[in-house]
Amino acid sequence: MRAINAEVIRNLEAKARVLRGHILRMLTQAGSGHTGGSLSAADIVACLYFWEMNIDPQNPRDPNRDRFVLSKGHAAPVLYAALAEKGFFPQEMLSTLRKLGSPLQGHPDMKKLPGVEASTGSLGQGISWAVGMALGGKLDNRDYRVYALLGDGELQEGMVWEAFMAAAHYKLDNLVAIIDHNGLQIDGRISEVMSPEPVGDKLNAFGWEVISIDGHNIEEILKALEEARKVKGKPTAIVAETVKGKGVSFMENRVEWHGVAPKEEELKRALSELGLA
Amino acid sequence: MQRIATRDAYGRALAALGRLYDDIVVLDADLSKSTKTSDFAKEFPERFFNAGIAEQNMIGMAAGLATTGKKVFASSFAIFAVGRAFEQVRNSIAYARLNVKICASHAGITVGEDGGSHQAIEDIALMRSLPHMTVIVPADGVSTEKAVLAAYQHEGPVYMRLGRPAVPVLYDESLDFKIGKGIEVRPGKDVTIIACGIMVGKALEAAEVLAGEGIDVAVVDMHTIKPLDEELLIRKAEETRAILTVEEHNIIGGLGSAVCEVVSEKCPVPVKRMGINDVFGQSGKVDELLEHYGLTVAEICNNVHNLLQIKS
Repeated sequence: MRAINAEVIRNLEAKARVLRGHILRMLTQAGSGHTGGSLSAADIVACLYFWEMNIDPQNPRDPNRDRFVLSKGHAAPVLYAALAEKGFFPQEMLSTLRKLGSPLQGHPDMKKLPGVEASTGSLGQGISWAVGMALGGKLDNRDYRVYALLGDGELQEGMVWEAFMAAAHYKLDNLVAIIDHNGLQIDGRISEVMSPEPVGDKLNAFGWEVISIDGHNIEEILKALEEARKVKGKPTAIVAETVKGKGVSFMENRVEWHGVAPKEEELKRALSELGLA
Repeated sequence: MQRIATRDAYGRALAALGRLYDDIVVLDADLSKSTKTSDFAKEFPERFFNAGIAEQNMIGMAAGLATTGKKVFASSFAIFAVGRAFEQVRNSIAYARLNVKICASHAGITVGEDGGSHQAIEDIALMRSLPHMTVIVPADGVSTEKAVLAAYQHEGPVYMRLGRPAVPVLYDESLDFKIGKGIEVRPGKDVTIIACGIMVGKALEAAEVLAGEGIDVAVVDMHTIKPLDEELLIRKAEETRAILTVEEHNIIGGLGSAVCEVVSEKCPVPVKRMGINDVFGQSGKVDELLEHYGLTVAEICNNVHNLLQIKS
Protein backbone atom coordinates (compact mmCIF):
# COMPACT_ATOMS: atom_id res chain seq x y z
CA MET A 1 0.00 0.00 0.00
CA ARG A 2 1.35 3.42 -0.97
CA ALA A 3 1.68 5.87 1.87
CA ILE A 4 -0.75 8.76 2.19
CA ASN A 5 1.35 11.81 3.00
CA ALA A 6 1.11 15.57 2.83
CA GLU A 7 2.48 15.71 -0.71
CA VAL A 8 -0.02 13.17 -1.99
CA ILE A 9 -2.82 15.15 -0.42
CA ARG A 10 -1.53 18.44 -1.85
CA ASN A 11 -1.29 16.93 -5.32
CA LEU A 12 -4.80 15.54 -5.18
CA GLU A 13 -6.16 18.85 -3.92
CA ALA A 14 -4.55 20.49 -6.92
CA LYS A 15 -5.95 17.83 -9.23
CA ALA A 16 -9.45 18.36 -7.85
CA ARG A 17 -9.04 22.08 -8.54
CA VAL A 18 -8.05 21.32 -12.11
CA LEU A 19 -11.11 19.06 -12.50
CA ARG A 20 -13.33 21.88 -11.20
CA GLY A 21 -11.79 24.21 -13.77
CA HIS A 22 -12.52 21.76 -16.59
CA ILE A 23 -16.07 21.27 -15.31
CA LEU A 24 -16.81 24.98 -15.24
CA ARG A 25 -15.23 25.68 -18.61
CA MET A 26 -16.92 22.82 -20.44
CA LEU A 27 -20.30 23.61 -18.93
CA THR A 28 -19.98 27.24 -19.91
CA GLN A 29 -19.13 26.24 -23.47
CA ALA A 30 -21.99 23.75 -23.55
CA GLY A 31 -24.43 26.32 -22.26
CA SER A 32 -26.28 23.71 -20.22
CA GLY A 33 -25.59 20.83 -17.85
CA HIS A 34 -25.23 19.97 -14.19
CA THR A 35 -22.82 22.18 -12.34
CA GLY A 36 -23.57 21.73 -8.64
CA GLY A 37 -23.39 17.94 -8.48
CA SER A 38 -20.28 17.81 -10.66
CA LEU A 39 -18.44 20.16 -8.32
CA SER A 40 -19.56 18.34 -5.17
CA ALA A 41 -18.02 15.09 -6.47
CA ALA A 42 -14.72 16.55 -7.73
CA ASP A 43 -12.60 15.63 -4.69
CA ILE A 44 -13.95 12.08 -4.56
CA VAL A 45 -13.40 11.56 -8.29
CA ALA A 46 -9.89 13.02 -8.09
CA CYS A 47 -9.00 10.54 -5.34
CA LEU A 48 -10.41 7.61 -7.31
CA TYR A 49 -8.77 8.40 -10.64
CA PHE A 50 -5.45 9.77 -9.42
CA TRP A 51 -4.79 7.57 -6.42
CA GLU A 52 -7.11 4.69 -5.77
CA MET A 53 -7.98 2.98 -9.03
CA ASN A 54 -5.86 0.67 -11.12
CA ILE A 55 -6.65 1.87 -14.64
CA ASP A 56 -4.57 2.40 -17.76
CA PRO A 57 -5.75 4.77 -20.47
CA GLN A 58 -3.56 2.84 -22.94
CA ASN A 59 -5.48 -0.35 -22.14
CA PRO A 60 -9.00 0.78 -21.26
CA ARG A 61 -10.56 -2.70 -21.65
CA ASP A 62 -8.01 -4.54 -19.48
CA PRO A 63 -10.14 -7.24 -17.79
CA ASN A 64 -8.29 -6.68 -14.52
CA ARG A 65 -8.90 -2.93 -14.35
CA ASP A 66 -10.83 -1.33 -11.55
CA ARG A 67 -14.22 0.04 -12.58
CA PHE A 68 -15.88 3.34 -11.82
CA VAL A 69 -19.61 3.71 -12.38
CA LEU A 70 -21.05 7.21 -12.24
CA SER A 71 -24.52 6.24 -11.10
CA LYS A 72 -25.39 9.92 -10.75
CA GLY A 73 -24.76 10.21 -14.47
CA HIS A 74 -25.81 13.84 -14.73
CA ALA A 75 -22.46 14.71 -13.12
CA ALA A 76 -20.84 13.58 -16.38
CA PRO A 77 -18.58 16.66 -16.56
CA VAL A 78 -16.59 15.53 -13.51
CA LEU A 79 -16.08 12.11 -15.10
CA TYR A 80 -15.09 13.58 -18.47
CA ALA A 81 -12.66 15.95 -16.77
CA ALA A 82 -11.01 13.05 -14.91
CA LEU A 83 -10.82 10.86 -18.02
CA ALA A 84 -9.27 13.67 -20.07
CA GLU A 85 -6.77 14.49 -17.32
CA LYS A 86 -5.92 10.81 -17.07
CA GLY A 87 -5.26 10.65 -20.81
CA PHE A 88 -8.19 8.62 -22.12
CA PHE A 89 -8.84 11.26 -24.77
CA PRO A 90 -7.45 14.70 -25.71
CA GLN A 91 -8.43 17.53 -23.38
CA GLU A 92 -9.55 19.62 -26.35
CA MET A 93 -12.51 17.26 -26.67
CA LEU A 94 -13.93 18.60 -23.41
CA SER A 95 -15.17 21.66 -25.28
CA THR A 96 -17.49 19.46 -27.34
CA LEU A 97 -19.62 18.53 -24.32
CA ARG A 98 -23.32 18.18 -25.23
CA LYS A 99 -22.71 19.16 -28.86
CA LEU A 100 -24.11 17.23 -31.82
CA GLY A 101 -21.89 14.29 -32.73
CA SER A 102 -19.72 14.57 -29.62
CA PRO A 103 -18.73 11.45 -27.67
CA LEU A 104 -19.24 13.61 -24.58
CA GLN A 105 -22.97 13.10 -24.30
CA GLY A 106 -25.13 14.93 -21.77
CA HIS A 107 -25.02 11.72 -19.76
CA PRO A 108 -22.18 9.14 -20.06
CA ASP A 109 -22.35 6.78 -23.04
CA MET A 110 -19.95 3.85 -22.79
CA LYS A 111 -20.23 3.14 -26.50
CA LYS A 112 -19.00 6.57 -27.45
CA LEU A 113 -16.16 7.41 -25.09
CA PRO A 114 -13.22 5.27 -23.92
CA GLY A 115 -12.95 4.96 -20.16
CA VAL A 116 -16.69 5.26 -19.56
CA GLU A 117 -17.65 1.96 -17.93
CA ALA A 118 -21.42 2.30 -17.92
CA SER A 119 -24.09 4.22 -19.78
CA THR A 120 -25.79 5.97 -16.91
CA GLY A 121 -27.95 8.96 -16.23
CA SER A 122 -31.28 7.37 -15.55
CA LEU A 123 -30.91 7.43 -11.78
CA GLY A 124 -30.66 4.22 -9.82
CA GLN A 125 -29.38 2.06 -12.65
CA GLY A 126 -25.63 2.54 -12.26
CA ILE A 127 -25.43 0.89 -8.85
CA SER A 128 -27.07 -2.23 -10.31
CA TRP A 129 -24.46 -2.28 -13.09
CA ALA A 130 -21.78 -2.00 -10.41
CA VAL A 131 -23.27 -4.98 -8.58
CA GLY A 132 -23.17 -6.95 -11.84
CA MET A 133 -19.55 -5.93 -12.46
CA ALA A 134 -18.57 -6.98 -8.94
CA LEU A 135 -20.37 -10.32 -9.40
CA GLY A 136 -18.47 -10.81 -12.66
CA GLY A 137 -15.18 -10.17 -10.88
CA LYS A 138 -15.98 -12.77 -8.23
CA LEU A 139 -17.08 -15.25 -10.87
CA ASP A 140 -13.80 -14.92 -12.77
CA ASN A 141 -11.64 -14.76 -9.63
CA ARG A 142 -10.30 -11.38 -10.62
CA ASP A 143 -9.31 -9.01 -7.86
CA TYR A 144 -10.42 -5.76 -9.44
CA ARG A 145 -12.60 -3.39 -7.45
CA VAL A 146 -15.77 -1.60 -8.45
CA TYR A 147 -16.62 1.93 -7.33
CA ALA A 148 -20.05 3.46 -7.79
CA LEU A 149 -20.82 7.11 -7.09
CA LEU A 150 -24.44 7.86 -6.21
CA GLY A 151 -26.26 11.05 -5.46
CA ASP A 152 -28.22 11.31 -2.25
CA GLY A 153 -31.36 12.28 -4.15
CA GLU A 154 -30.79 9.18 -6.25
CA LEU A 155 -31.40 7.10 -3.12
CA GLN A 156 -35.09 7.86 -3.60
CA GLU A 157 -35.13 5.41 -6.51
CA GLY A 158 -36.44 2.08 -5.24
CA MET A 159 -34.09 0.21 -7.52
CA VAL A 160 -31.11 1.47 -5.53
CA TRP A 161 -32.28 -0.49 -2.50
CA GLU A 162 -32.79 -3.59 -4.61
CA ALA A 163 -29.15 -3.24 -5.62
CA PHE A 164 -27.99 -2.59 -2.05
CA MET A 165 -29.82 -5.74 -0.95
CA ALA A 166 -28.24 -7.80 -3.72
CA ALA A 167 -24.71 -6.52 -3.04
CA ALA A 168 -24.89 -7.56 0.60
CA HIS A 169 -26.60 -10.84 -0.25
CA TYR A 170 -23.80 -11.76 -2.62
CA LYS A 171 -21.16 -10.53 -0.14
CA LEU A 172 -19.55 -8.21 -2.67
CA ASP A 173 -16.54 -6.94 -0.74
CA ASN A 174 -15.05 -5.83 -4.06
CA LEU A 175 -17.75 -3.14 -4.32
CA VAL A 176 -17.68 0.35 -2.84
CA ALA A 177 -20.64 2.72 -3.12
CA ILE A 178 -19.86 6.35 -2.44
CA ILE A 179 -22.81 8.57 -1.60
CA ASP A 180 -22.31 12.19 -2.63
CA HIS A 181 -24.38 13.51 0.24
CA ASN A 182 -24.80 17.15 -0.73
CA GLY A 183 -28.35 17.42 0.55
CA LEU A 184 -29.87 19.01 -2.54
CA GLN A 185 -31.85 17.83 -5.54
CA ILE A 186 -33.55 19.68 -8.39
CA ASP A 187 -36.69 20.55 -6.48
CA GLY A 188 -34.99 21.56 -3.23
CA ARG A 189 -33.48 20.03 -0.10
CA ILE A 190 -33.66 16.24 -0.11
CA SER A 191 -34.98 16.43 3.45
CA GLU A 192 -37.95 18.40 2.15
CA VAL A 193 -38.56 16.67 -1.19
CA MET A 194 -38.32 13.08 0.08
CA SER A 195 -35.91 12.32 2.85
CA PRO A 196 -33.71 9.24 2.45
CA GLU A 197 -32.33 9.73 5.98
CA PRO A 198 -30.74 8.28 7.95
CA VAL A 199 -28.63 7.17 4.99
CA GLY A 200 -25.80 5.53 6.92
CA ASP A 201 -28.12 3.63 9.26
CA LYS A 202 -30.18 2.36 6.37
CA LEU A 203 -27.13 1.10 4.49
CA ASN A 204 -25.90 -0.49 7.68
CA ALA A 205 -29.25 -2.23 8.11
CA PHE A 206 -28.98 -3.43 4.52
CA GLY A 207 -25.78 -5.26 5.46
CA TRP A 208 -23.16 -2.76 4.30
CA GLU A 209 -20.06 -1.56 6.11
CA VAL A 210 -20.58 2.18 6.42
CA ILE A 211 -17.88 4.84 6.66
CA SER A 212 -18.88 8.47 7.09
CA ILE A 213 -16.49 11.18 5.96
CA ASP A 214 -16.12 14.76 4.83
CA GLY A 215 -16.26 14.34 1.08
CA HIS A 216 -14.02 17.34 0.49
CA ASN A 217 -11.24 16.22 2.82
CA ILE A 218 -8.74 14.36 0.63
CA GLU A 219 -7.11 12.59 3.55
CA GLU A 220 -10.47 11.31 4.82
CA ILE A 221 -11.45 10.13 1.35
CA LEU A 222 -8.18 8.27 0.86
CA LYS A 223 -8.35 6.67 4.27
CA ALA A 224 -11.94 5.57 3.75
CA LEU A 225 -11.01 3.95 0.43
CA GLU A 226 -8.09 2.21 2.15
CA GLU A 227 -10.36 1.10 4.98
CA ALA A 228 -12.85 -0.31 2.46
CA ARG A 229 -10.15 -2.59 1.04
CA LYS A 230 -9.88 -4.28 4.44
CA VAL A 231 -13.59 -5.06 4.71
CA LYS A 232 -14.30 -8.71 3.91
CA GLY A 233 -17.58 -10.46 3.22
CA LYS A 234 -19.67 -7.36 2.60
CA PRO A 235 -19.74 -4.23 0.47
CA THR A 236 -18.69 -0.85 1.78
CA ALA A 237 -20.59 2.41 1.58
CA ILE A 238 -18.76 5.69 2.03
CA VAL A 239 -21.24 8.37 2.99
CA ALA A 240 -19.45 11.53 1.94
CA GLU A 241 -20.76 14.80 3.34
CA THR A 242 -20.39 17.28 0.54
CA VAL A 243 -21.42 20.75 -0.53
CA LYS A 244 -23.21 21.15 -3.81
CA GLY A 245 -21.33 23.61 -6.00
CA LYS A 246 -18.22 23.19 -3.81
CA GLY A 247 -15.33 25.52 -4.60
CA VAL A 248 -17.31 28.42 -6.03
CA SER A 249 -18.75 30.69 -3.35
CA PHE A 250 -21.80 31.79 -5.27
CA MET A 251 -22.70 28.22 -6.25
CA GLU A 252 -22.19 26.51 -2.91
CA ASN A 253 -25.35 25.06 -1.40
CA ARG A 254 -27.51 26.79 -3.96
CA VAL A 255 -30.19 24.52 -5.35
CA GLU A 256 -30.56 26.66 -8.48
CA TRP A 257 -27.08 25.55 -9.61
CA HIS A 258 -28.24 21.93 -9.94
CA GLY A 259 -28.87 21.99 -13.66
CA VAL A 260 -27.61 25.34 -14.86
CA ALA A 261 -24.34 26.17 -16.62
CA PRO A 262 -22.28 29.28 -15.77
CA LYS A 263 -22.26 32.26 -18.09
CA GLU A 264 -18.92 33.72 -19.25
CA GLU A 265 -18.85 36.34 -16.50
CA GLU A 266 -19.68 33.75 -13.84
CA LEU A 267 -17.01 31.46 -15.22
CA LYS A 268 -14.40 34.17 -14.83
CA ARG A 269 -15.35 34.80 -11.22
CA ALA A 270 -15.44 31.08 -10.48
CA LEU A 271 -12.04 30.38 -12.01
CA SER A 272 -10.54 33.30 -10.19
CA GLU A 273 -11.90 31.99 -6.88
CA LEU A 274 -10.32 28.63 -7.64
CA GLY A 275 -7.03 30.31 -8.45
CA LEU A 276 -7.24 29.10 -12.04
CA ALA A 277 -7.85 32.36 -13.83
CA MET B 1 -48.73 -34.94 -31.75
CA GLN B 2 -45.95 -34.22 -29.28
CA ARG B 3 -46.49 -31.11 -27.18
CA ILE B 4 -44.04 -29.04 -25.17
CA ALA B 5 -44.15 -25.51 -23.74
CA THR B 6 -41.61 -23.13 -25.23
CA ARG B 7 -40.49 -22.26 -21.70
CA ASP B 8 -39.66 -25.91 -21.09
CA ALA B 9 -37.63 -26.00 -24.28
CA TYR B 10 -35.87 -22.82 -23.15
CA GLY B 11 -34.89 -24.38 -19.83
CA ARG B 12 -33.47 -27.43 -21.55
CA ALA B 13 -31.64 -25.41 -24.18
CA LEU B 14 -30.13 -23.12 -21.60
CA ALA B 15 -28.77 -26.01 -19.55
CA ALA B 16 -27.38 -27.57 -22.72
CA LEU B 17 -25.68 -24.30 -23.67
CA GLY B 18 -24.25 -24.10 -20.17
CA ARG B 19 -22.47 -27.38 -20.81
CA LEU B 20 -20.93 -26.00 -24.00
CA TYR B 21 -20.04 -22.45 -23.01
CA ASP B 22 -18.45 -21.13 -19.82
CA ASP B 23 -19.41 -17.53 -20.45
CA ILE B 24 -23.16 -17.99 -20.00
CA VAL B 25 -24.59 -16.48 -16.84
CA VAL B 26 -28.28 -16.76 -15.97
CA LEU B 27 -30.38 -14.42 -13.85
CA ASP B 28 -33.91 -14.82 -12.64
CA ALA B 29 -36.25 -12.91 -10.35
CA ASP B 30 -37.69 -15.60 -8.09
CA LEU B 31 -39.54 -17.37 -10.90
CA SER B 32 -36.87 -19.85 -11.95
CA LYS B 33 -39.15 -22.85 -11.48
CA SER B 34 -41.69 -21.29 -13.83
CA THR B 35 -39.35 -19.75 -16.38
CA LYS B 36 -37.37 -23.02 -16.26
CA THR B 37 -34.04 -21.35 -15.65
CA SER B 38 -33.99 -23.74 -12.69
CA ASP B 39 -32.67 -26.40 -15.09
CA PHE B 40 -29.55 -24.31 -15.55
CA ALA B 41 -29.41 -23.28 -11.88
CA LYS B 42 -29.36 -26.92 -10.75
CA GLU B 43 -26.47 -27.80 -13.02
CA PHE B 44 -24.47 -24.58 -12.75
CA PRO B 45 -25.32 -22.95 -9.40
CA GLU B 46 -22.15 -20.83 -9.51
CA ARG B 47 -23.28 -19.17 -12.74
CA PHE B 48 -26.87 -18.59 -11.69
CA PHE B 49 -27.91 -15.52 -9.72
CA ASN B 50 -31.34 -15.06 -8.25
CA ALA B 51 -32.15 -11.36 -8.07
CA GLY B 52 -35.14 -11.99 -5.86
CA ILE B 53 -38.37 -10.17 -6.62
CA ALA B 54 -36.49 -7.20 -8.02
CA GLU B 55 -36.64 -7.16 -11.80
CA GLN B 56 -35.19 -3.68 -12.24
CA ASN B 57 -32.02 -4.60 -10.39
CA MET B 58 -31.90 -7.91 -12.25
CA ILE B 59 -31.71 -6.04 -15.55
CA GLY B 60 -29.07 -3.67 -14.16
CA MET B 61 -26.98 -6.56 -12.84
CA ALA B 62 -27.31 -8.22 -16.24
CA ALA B 63 -25.84 -5.07 -17.81
CA GLY B 64 -22.93 -5.02 -15.37
CA LEU B 65 -22.20 -8.72 -15.89
CA ALA B 66 -22.33 -8.24 -19.66
CA THR B 67 -19.60 -5.59 -19.43
CA THR B 68 -17.33 -8.24 -17.90
CA GLY B 69 -17.68 -10.40 -21.01
CA LYS B 70 -20.52 -12.64 -19.87
CA LYS B 71 -23.40 -13.61 -22.11
CA VAL B 72 -26.29 -13.00 -19.79
CA PHE B 73 -29.71 -14.64 -20.01
CA ALA B 74 -32.20 -12.86 -17.76
CA SER B 75 -35.64 -14.32 -17.21
CA SER B 76 -38.91 -13.51 -15.55
CA PHE B 77 -42.51 -13.37 -16.67
CA ALA B 78 -42.96 -11.09 -19.69
CA ILE B 79 -45.15 -8.70 -17.70
CA PHE B 80 -42.27 -8.03 -15.28
CA ALA B 81 -39.17 -8.44 -17.45
CA VAL B 82 -40.59 -6.06 -20.03
CA GLY B 83 -43.21 -4.09 -18.15
CA ARG B 84 -41.75 -3.59 -14.70
CA ALA B 85 -38.21 -3.14 -15.93
CA PHE B 86 -38.92 -1.41 -19.24
CA GLU B 87 -36.80 1.65 -18.69
CA GLN B 88 -33.95 -0.45 -17.34
CA VAL B 89 -34.13 -2.61 -20.45
CA ARG B 90 -34.14 0.53 -22.56
CA ASN B 91 -31.29 2.42 -20.95
CA SER B 92 -29.14 -0.30 -19.43
CA ILE B 93 -29.46 -2.95 -22.16
CA ALA B 94 -30.65 -1.55 -25.49
CA TYR B 95 -29.06 1.91 -25.31
CA ALA B 96 -25.79 0.37 -24.13
CA ARG B 97 -26.13 -2.40 -26.74
CA LEU B 98 -25.08 -5.11 -24.34
CA ASN B 99 -25.03 -8.86 -24.74
CA VAL B 100 -28.08 -9.52 -22.62
CA LYS B 101 -30.80 -11.92 -23.70
CA ILE B 102 -34.10 -11.22 -22.00
CA CYS B 103 -36.04 -14.45 -22.24
CA ALA B 104 -39.46 -13.89 -20.78
CA SER B 105 -42.01 -16.59 -20.22
CA HIS B 106 -45.75 -16.48 -19.50
CA ALA B 107 -46.40 -14.02 -22.30
CA GLY B 108 -49.86 -13.41 -23.72
CA ILE B 109 -53.27 -14.50 -22.50
CA THR B 110 -52.25 -18.16 -22.32
CA VAL B 111 -50.87 -17.40 -18.87
CA GLY B 112 -54.40 -18.53 -18.07
CA GLU B 113 -55.90 -18.49 -14.60
CA ASP B 114 -53.57 -15.83 -13.12
CA GLY B 115 -55.56 -13.31 -15.10
CA GLY B 116 -55.13 -10.00 -16.89
CA SER B 117 -52.62 -8.46 -14.48
CA HIS B 118 -50.14 -11.17 -15.43
CA GLN B 119 -50.88 -11.49 -19.13
CA ALA B 120 -48.43 -9.36 -21.11
CA ILE B 121 -50.09 -8.33 -24.38
CA GLU B 122 -47.85 -5.35 -25.11
CA ASP B 123 -44.34 -6.78 -24.75
CA ILE B 124 -43.64 -7.21 -28.47
CA ALA B 125 -44.70 -3.62 -29.13
CA LEU B 126 -42.48 -2.28 -26.38
CA MET B 127 -39.45 -4.36 -27.26
CA ARG B 128 -39.55 -3.82 -31.00
CA SER B 129 -39.68 -0.06 -30.53
CA LEU B 130 -36.21 -0.13 -28.94
CA PRO B 131 -33.21 0.48 -31.23
CA HIS B 132 -30.65 -2.39 -31.19
CA MET B 133 -33.22 -4.87 -29.84
CA THR B 134 -33.83 -8.14 -31.65
CA VAL B 135 -37.27 -9.64 -30.97
CA ILE B 136 -37.91 -13.37 -31.32
CA VAL B 137 -41.16 -15.24 -30.73
CA PRO B 138 -40.59 -18.97 -31.27
CA ALA B 139 -43.52 -21.17 -32.26
CA ASP B 140 -42.59 -24.51 -30.76
CA GLY B 141 -40.07 -26.42 -28.67
CA VAL B 142 -37.64 -27.22 -31.47
CA SER B 143 -37.46 -23.67 -32.79
CA THR B 144 -37.12 -22.37 -29.24
CA GLU B 145 -34.06 -24.53 -28.63
CA LYS B 146 -32.50 -23.31 -31.85
CA ALA B 147 -33.47 -19.71 -31.09
CA VAL B 148 -31.70 -19.90 -27.72
CA LEU B 149 -28.47 -20.94 -29.44
CA ALA B 150 -28.95 -18.24 -32.08
CA ALA B 151 -29.51 -15.65 -29.36
CA TYR B 152 -26.32 -16.75 -27.62
CA GLN B 153 -24.38 -16.37 -30.86
CA HIS B 154 -25.96 -13.01 -31.69
CA GLU B 155 -23.95 -9.95 -30.65
CA GLY B 156 -26.26 -7.58 -28.82
CA PRO B 157 -29.52 -7.51 -26.94
CA VAL B 158 -32.31 -9.99 -27.66
CA TYR B 159 -35.85 -10.25 -26.38
CA MET B 160 -37.34 -13.73 -26.60
CA ARG B 161 -41.03 -14.30 -25.87
CA LEU B 162 -41.92 -17.65 -24.38
CA GLY B 163 -45.22 -19.21 -23.42
CA ARG B 164 -46.61 -21.11 -20.48
CA PRO B 165 -48.78 -23.88 -21.99
CA ALA B 166 -47.64 -26.92 -23.92
CA VAL B 167 -47.98 -26.40 -27.66
CA PRO B 168 -47.58 -28.81 -30.60
CA VAL B 169 -44.08 -29.52 -31.86
CA LEU B 170 -44.01 -28.31 -35.47
CA TYR B 171 -40.43 -28.88 -36.50
CA ASP B 172 -37.83 -31.59 -36.39
CA GLU B 173 -34.14 -31.29 -35.74
CA SER B 174 -33.42 -30.49 -39.38
CA LEU B 175 -34.90 -27.01 -38.89
CA ASP B 176 -32.56 -24.28 -40.08
CA PHE B 177 -33.31 -21.41 -37.69
CA LYS B 178 -31.84 -18.03 -38.53
CA ILE B 179 -32.60 -14.78 -36.73
CA GLY B 180 -34.39 -12.49 -39.17
CA LYS B 181 -35.35 -15.25 -41.60
CA GLY B 182 -39.01 -16.23 -41.49
CA ILE B 183 -39.98 -19.81 -42.28
CA GLU B 184 -42.48 -20.59 -45.01
CA VAL B 185 -43.93 -23.58 -43.23
CA ARG B 186 -46.53 -24.22 -45.87
CA PRO B 187 -46.64 -22.92 -49.43
CA GLY B 188 -49.88 -21.58 -50.87
CA LYS B 189 -51.16 -19.13 -53.46
CA ASP B 190 -54.51 -17.73 -52.26
CA VAL B 191 -53.73 -15.97 -48.97
CA THR B 192 -50.60 -15.80 -46.76
CA ILE B 193 -51.07 -16.26 -43.05
CA ILE B 194 -48.19 -14.72 -41.13
CA ALA B 195 -48.12 -15.88 -37.54
CA CYS B 196 -45.78 -16.05 -34.58
CA GLY B 197 -45.57 -18.00 -31.36
CA ILE B 198 -48.35 -20.36 -30.50
CA MET B 199 -50.52 -19.06 -33.34
CA VAL B 200 -48.31 -20.72 -35.97
CA GLY B 201 -49.71 -24.09 -34.95
CA LYS B 202 -53.26 -22.76 -35.15
CA ALA B 203 -52.56 -21.25 -38.57
CA LEU B 204 -51.34 -24.59 -39.85
CA GLU B 205 -54.48 -26.27 -38.54
CA ALA B 206 -56.59 -23.64 -40.27
CA ALA B 207 -54.67 -24.14 -43.51
CA GLU B 208 -55.56 -27.84 -43.37
CA VAL B 209 -59.24 -27.05 -42.90
CA LEU B 210 -59.17 -24.53 -45.74
CA ALA B 211 -57.37 -27.00 -48.02
CA GLY B 212 -60.39 -29.24 -47.58
CA GLU B 213 -62.48 -26.42 -49.04
CA GLY B 214 -60.10 -26.03 -51.97
CA ILE B 215 -58.44 -22.88 -50.56
CA ASP B 216 -54.66 -22.88 -50.86
CA VAL B 217 -53.20 -20.93 -47.95
CA ALA B 218 -49.53 -20.22 -47.26
CA VAL B 219 -48.32 -20.14 -43.66
CA VAL B 220 -45.24 -18.21 -42.57
CA ASP B 221 -43.70 -18.60 -39.12
CA MET B 222 -42.40 -15.06 -38.60
CA HIS B 223 -40.42 -15.96 -35.50
CA THR B 224 -38.29 -12.82 -35.69
CA ILE B 225 -40.46 -9.73 -35.38
CA LYS B 226 -37.38 -7.53 -35.50
CA PRO B 227 -35.52 -7.41 -37.77
CA LEU B 228 -38.51 -8.44 -39.88
CA ASP B 229 -37.87 -10.63 -42.92
CA GLU B 230 -39.00 -8.03 -45.44
CA GLU B 231 -37.83 -10.04 -48.41
CA LEU B 232 -40.03 -13.01 -47.59
CA LEU B 233 -42.89 -10.73 -46.61
CA ILE B 234 -42.85 -8.80 -49.88
CA ARG B 235 -42.50 -11.97 -51.91
CA LYS B 236 -45.53 -13.51 -50.21
CA ALA B 237 -47.50 -10.27 -50.61
CA GLU B 238 -46.75 -10.30 -54.33
CA GLU B 239 -47.56 -13.99 -54.71
CA THR B 240 -50.83 -14.12 -52.79
CA ARG B 241 -52.01 -10.47 -52.81
CA ALA B 242 -53.62 -10.85 -49.36
CA ILE B 243 -52.17 -11.28 -45.88
CA LEU B 244 -53.61 -12.37 -42.56
CA THR B 245 -51.48 -11.82 -39.46
CA VAL B 246 -52.15 -13.82 -36.30
CA GLU B 247 -50.58 -13.22 -32.91
CA GLU B 248 -51.30 -13.66 -29.23
CA HIS B 249 -50.60 -9.99 -28.55
CA ASN B 250 -52.42 -6.70 -28.64
CA ILE B 251 -53.51 -5.81 -32.13
CA ILE B 252 -51.59 -2.58 -31.61
CA GLY B 253 -47.84 -2.64 -32.07
CA GLY B 254 -47.08 -6.32 -32.55
CA LEU B 255 -46.52 -8.62 -35.53
CA GLY B 256 -49.55 -7.30 -37.42
CA SER B 257 -48.38 -3.72 -37.07
CA ALA B 258 -44.85 -4.65 -38.12
CA VAL B 259 -46.18 -6.43 -41.22
CA CYS B 260 -48.45 -3.49 -42.14
CA GLU B 261 -45.56 -1.05 -41.83
CA VAL B 262 -43.62 -2.93 -44.49
CA VAL B 263 -46.47 -4.01 -46.77
CA SER B 264 -48.14 -0.60 -46.89
CA GLU B 265 -44.92 1.05 -47.99
CA LYS B 266 -43.41 -1.59 -50.23
CA CYS B 267 -46.18 -3.77 -51.62
CA PRO B 268 -49.67 -2.61 -50.63
CA VAL B 269 -52.13 -5.51 -50.50
CA PRO B 270 -55.10 -6.12 -48.17
CA VAL B 271 -53.96 -7.09 -44.66
CA LYS B 272 -56.18 -8.32 -41.84
CA ARG B 273 -54.71 -8.40 -38.33
CA MET B 274 -55.84 -10.96 -35.77
CA GLY B 275 -54.80 -10.53 -32.15
CA ILE B 276 -56.11 -9.31 -28.84
CA ASN B 277 -58.38 -6.42 -29.75
CA ASP B 278 -56.92 -3.78 -27.44
CA VAL B 279 -58.43 -5.21 -24.27
CA PHE B 280 -56.82 -6.72 -21.19
CA GLY B 281 -57.08 -10.45 -20.57
CA GLN B 282 -58.77 -12.23 -17.68
CA SER B 283 -58.68 -15.48 -15.72
CA GLY B 284 -59.67 -18.66 -17.47
CA LYS B 285 -58.39 -21.86 -18.99
CA VAL B 286 -56.05 -21.49 -21.94
CA ASP B 287 -58.49 -22.84 -24.52
CA GLU B 288 -61.39 -20.85 -23.07
CA LEU B 289 -59.33 -17.67 -23.31
CA LEU B 290 -58.20 -18.31 -26.88
CA GLU B 291 -61.84 -18.95 -27.77
CA HIS B 292 -63.07 -15.87 -25.90
CA TYR B 293 -60.57 -13.57 -27.60
CA GLY B 294 -61.14 -15.08 -31.01
CA LEU B 295 -57.74 -16.70 -31.49
CA THR B 296 -59.11 -19.92 -32.94
CA VAL B 297 -58.80 -22.05 -36.06
CA ALA B 298 -62.40 -21.17 -36.97
CA GLU B 299 -61.73 -17.45 -36.69
CA ILE B 300 -58.60 -17.75 -38.82
CA CYS B 301 -60.69 -19.54 -41.46
CA ASN B 302 -63.36 -16.80 -41.33
CA ASN B 303 -60.76 -14.12 -41.85
CA VAL B 304 -59.23 -15.97 -44.79
CA HIS B 305 -62.69 -16.16 -46.37
CA ASN B 306 -63.17 -12.43 -45.86
CA LEU B 307 -59.79 -11.65 -47.38
CA LEU B 308 -60.61 -13.79 -50.43
CA GLN B 309 -63.80 -11.77 -50.89
CA ILE B 310 -61.89 -8.50 -50.67
CA LYS B 311 -59.36 -9.84 -53.17
CA SER B 312 -62.05 -10.77 -55.71
